[in-house]
Amino acid sequence: MSNFSSAFSSTLGRKLVMCLTGLFLCSFLIVHLAGNFQLFKNDDGLAFNQYAHFMTHFTPIKVVSYLLYSSIIIHTIWAIVITLMNRKARPISYAIKPKDGSIWSSRNMGILGTILFVFIVVHMANFWYKYHSGETPYIEYRTDINSGATMSKSINESEFTEYVSFVDNGVQVTKSEDLYKEVSNAFQQWWLVIFYVLAMAALAFHLVHGFQSAFQTLGWNHHKYRPLIKFIGLWVFSIGIPLGFAAMPIYLFLFK
Amino acid sequence: MRRERLELAKSQISNLTSQIKIRMSGNMNLTLKVWRQKNSSTSGKFVTYKAPGISPDMSFLEMLDVVNEDLVKKSEDPIQFDHDCREGICGMCSLVINGEPHGPKRATTTCQLHMRSFKDGDTIVIEPWRAAAFPVVKDLAVDRSAFDRIQQAGGYVSIGTGGVPDANEIAIPKVIADEAFNSATCIGCGACVAACKNASAMLFVSAKISQYAMLPQGQPERYARAEAMVLQMDDEGFGSCTNTYACEAQCPKEIKVTNIARMNREFFNAEFIKG
Amino acid sequence: MTLDAKIPEGPLAEKWNKHKFNLKLVNPSNKRKYDVIVVGTGLAGASAAASLAELGYNVKAFCFQDSPRRAHSIAAQGGINAAKNYPNDGDSVFRLFYDTIKGGDYRSREGNVYRLAEVSVNIIDQCVAQGVPFAREYGGLLDNRSFGGAQVSRTFYARGQTGQQLLLGAYSALNRQINLGKVKMYTRSEMLDLVTVDGKAQGIVTRNLIDGKIETHTGHAVLLCTGGYGNVFYLSTNAMGSNVTAAWRAHKRGAYMANPCYTQIHPTCIPVSGDHQSKLTLMSESLRNDGRVWVPKTKELSERLRKGEIKAIDIKEEDRDYYLERKYPSFGNLVPRDVASRNAKQVCDEGRGVGKSGLAVYLDFADSINRLGEDTVAAKYGNLFDMYQQITDENPYKVPMRIYPAVHYTMGGLWVDYNLMTSVPGLYALGEANFSDHGANRLGASALMQGLADGYFVIPYTLGDYLAKIGPAPIDANRPEFDKTKKEVMEKVKTLLSLKGNKTVDEYHRDLGKIMWEYCGMSRDAEGLKKAKGMVSELRADFWKNVIVLGENEEVNQSLEKAGRVADFLELGELMIDDALNRDESCGGHFREEYQTPEGEALRNDDEFAYVAAWAYKGDNMPEELHKENLEFENVKLTQRSYK
Repeated sequence: MSNFSSAFSSTLGRKLVMCLTGLFLCSFLIVHLAGNFQLFKNDDGLAFNQYAHFMTHFTPIKVVSYLLYSSIIIHTIWAIVITLMNRKARPISYAIKPKDGSIWSSRNMGILGTILFVFIVVHMANFWYKYHSGETPYIEYRTDINSGATMSKSINESEFTEYVSFVDNGVQVTKSEDLYKEVSNAFQQWWLVIFYVLAMAALAFHLVHGFQSAFQTLGWNHHKYRPLIKFIGLWVFSIGIPLGFAAMPIYLFLFK
Repeated sequence: MRRERLELAKSQISNLTSQIKIRMSGNMNLTLKVWRQKNSSTSGKFVTYKAPGISPDMSFLEMLDVVNEDLVKKSEDPIQFDHDCREGICGMCSLVINGEPHGPKRATTTCQLHMRSFKDGDTIVIEPWRAAAFPVVKDLAVDRSAFDRIQQAGGYVSIGTGGVPDANEIAIPKVIADEAFNSATCIGCGACVAACKNASAMLFVSAKISQYAMLPQGQPERYARAEAMVLQMDDEGFGSCTNTYACEAQCPKEIKVTNIARMNREFFNAEFIKG
Repeated sequence: MTLDAKIPEGPLAEKWNKHKFNLKLVNPSNKRKYDVIVVGTGLAGASAAASLAELGYNVKAFCFQDSPRRAHSIAAQGGINAAKNYPNDGDSVFRLFYDTIKGGDYRSREGNVYRLAEVSVNIIDQCVAQGVPFAREYGGLLDNRSFGGAQVSRTFYARGQTGQQLLLGAYSALNRQINLGKVKMYTRSEMLDLVTVDGKAQGIVTRNLIDGKIETHTGHAVLLCTGGYGNVFYLSTNAMGSNVTAAWRAHKRGAYMANPCYTQIHPTCIPVSGDHQSKLTLMSESLRNDGRVWVPKTKELSERLRKGEIKAIDIKEEDRDYYLERKYPSFGNLVPRDVASRNAKQVCDEGRGVGKSGLAVYLDFADSINRLGEDTVAAKYGNLFDMYQQITDENPYKVPMRIYPAVHYTMGGLWVDYNLMTSVPGLYALGEANFSDHGANRLGASALMQGLADGYFVIPYTLGDYLAKIGPAPIDANRPEFDKTKKEVMEKVKTLLSLKGNKTVDEYHRDLGKIMWEYCGMSRDAEGLKKAKGMVSELRADFWKNVIVLGENEEVNQSLEKAGRVADFLELGELMIDDALNRDESCGGHFREEYQTPEGEALRNDDEFAYVAAWAYKGDNMPEELHKENLEFENVKLTQRSYK
């Protein structure tokens, strides 16, 4: 009876794909935000750069990252497919825009999603691409193990062969790509800060609907735990996370 | 000749008085913009009508009756709309009124909507249910046979007449019976499809799947039913659910979207686990 | 033709079983060679179509609505009776039989009613197995409630929507057969005539309501499950589309119409609010359990109420007349439907009615709210109160409800024998469309029972007997009768479409309704009936000259649809009047002013009128011929009903 391809090509199957990729992206946001909190550390970006290196060079994480990229792509393409099919289901629209009691964001996930997609492209071109293509500057940190004091200095390409971290005479030396600098430089441009903040607003609205909606799609809508899902969806995903992300460009713009 | 003219004048007078009588029955004057479409193969357009002398005690459909009576008197084609029981249970009446299926009042079908929900001087835009799966039959009447075909695909318990156990051999907890009843109150009007921005029929389909999924009688065919009904729903060309919950807000019988969640569960179970 | 009801011999309790054994059977492999036409998809039609298809017959089912699920059975509120005796309160098949015979004022057949009571228990089993969500007790078993006219709790219910749930159950069984290819469903199709070949029903002519196509369909038998004709009164609790056309056209082809004057007027409906009114809304009878019916004692107070000078609450207790409690101290507000209705009319006729029109009485919940609290009252009747407020814009928790009787059900219908066959061989009538089980008055919660009994448990047995006798040879659609009938229908449609007068169909319908209500409604007298007969026949003549029928046949044409139906109502109206005039007695829903007890109660004349009046059509504008089927009572004693 069951046939995976027919199951996934049904309206419910397509919803399921949206829901699973969406939830996976939500889980990524938590990791991404937690990591990015290193930006707020006053260590000239040591922790942040270490984190960036770890994320790009640890094999299991690399595997997950490919999952992530494909999730973004599938989530986007499926959204377009579903939207087109849904349009076909109503060839003539109403003369009067329906007042249907639904919330705005739920009806405009496509617009919000498009904003987010553009954001992701810009964001990845700004940082991910530059980092992977070796356009980032380099930095060397020297931390006195006894006192814990860290000194840093920019180094140029010829002084950097690969990411290293070693102890030399009681001093922890770390040579790394300086993504931190890249980031803090980028956010000296006020228009980019505004763009990021707006994108995070879009994320907030996207998730206020998307998170709880995913549970509805999975069929997990029960009066006992529905309030909890709504609470998490609202406070964690549509307020906490976007606020945390938006704080970063603002912080770097104002204080660095 | 003179007599003929006299007869004509007489008939005109009686014509006029009956019109006046209709108009005298109330004091609201409305403007209607009504979707007129000859049949499913022609395109339609809005036509404006005056509805004078409407009483606030009239139901919305009675208001349309008055307008139609006037049209017939003028030898104009009356507005076609579906209706039958006029007590909110047969599910035949429809109409999107100012952008809202069954009009502005919640938990109310069009036939139970009264003109006191409107003000003198209002302009009311009346459209049919709009969905590819509900082609217009004429004017405001649409073909909802897609709903029947979905039910035919599996909306039943496969038992024949006779040879069934005594009614009290199956004990069903009251809460379950009540919940199943809540799902079963769907009147199949299609307001959920009309309200949904994707013209999705999931509230309707899920209500039926839920009723049987909850009751012991529905268990033997539980997953086959969910699969068959969902696939038929897709074949009919309804859109997919994006969880805006407009259907729940506009459902005249207040069917809950928890039914859709349950349908999803039943379907995924059917496809990936129990199948 | 003599009327043979074919009631089996023998003791009452054995009649049906014996009869089932004596009926011929159709060999299972032969069943698929038979076509059966079912017109109407309400409780009777849907259950019959599904059950017959399950047996193996090829069924063609027809309904005028857009879906079989919309038939007006769906609007039944209260419940369905069955002699299950689950509450252990003394019910039995015989008691249900007895209550139904007595409630029908001794004008129904013992054999039929007993069978109805007998199969009632199977209906509940069947519906539960289908997944009908009946109300349940906390222990998980079925709940019962009491209902008018019975002293036991035998009514099964699904909140206030029992009809809906039962119909959806039958509809689901029908859907299963459609899916299996055993039922071919024709929606938005209206039966316009019956085709008889050699005196046997062998097909129907229908009009497709979408494209106007006039089609003939053949079948070895035709089942009419087309409901009642209450809409002859224009205003009734029936659906807007409910009509008599199928039954009436069959009547004109030889099916006798029995007891057409028996109409049930339901006492608790929302009163008419103006000329625009298109239908009446029923409020469940259960409201009379806690509401008190009253009007002012004097005409003067009523007039001031009507003018809006005073309100109901301004009327002092001593100025109120709780007339039901006064006249029937033991039953009070719970007298049967016909008695309650008649009394409401009486006080309004005296000028003591309330509301703007003066055609309403109060149903007051103030005492109950004081005694039980608003919450308890709301829990019991909340949805009804809401519905009332929706329609009237008055809050029944604060001001008394206004109610007035309205036409609700017609006990009369096509004459059928014990096998449900009409006087035309091969033509059957089921449910409200036949006359058979309710006598002169139907008890609450019995209509659903009868519709399903006929469809699930009677016709599957009795139809086989006829089919086995005629044999499975295919019906010849080339017989000239088919073409001839089709041409006649087309001719009639053409005639209607040629009428371009100055009065709308609805106006004629309203006029007819007013005449019928005034002279052939809750109470009738010979003088009024004679007058009404003239008025209806004049109206009918005028209709065929001055009605406006717009458009053409080949399209959706509501004015044509309505015109055909109203034309039939105009003819039926006259027959109802004839029947009422013929029956010189009062019984159940038929109350003749001339025949009442000194206390104003219905006075039967069992010596002369213990018969079924079956009318045979004799041609246009010819008086119909009366055939009498004498009713024999061997198991119950005929008594005068008393509710004092």
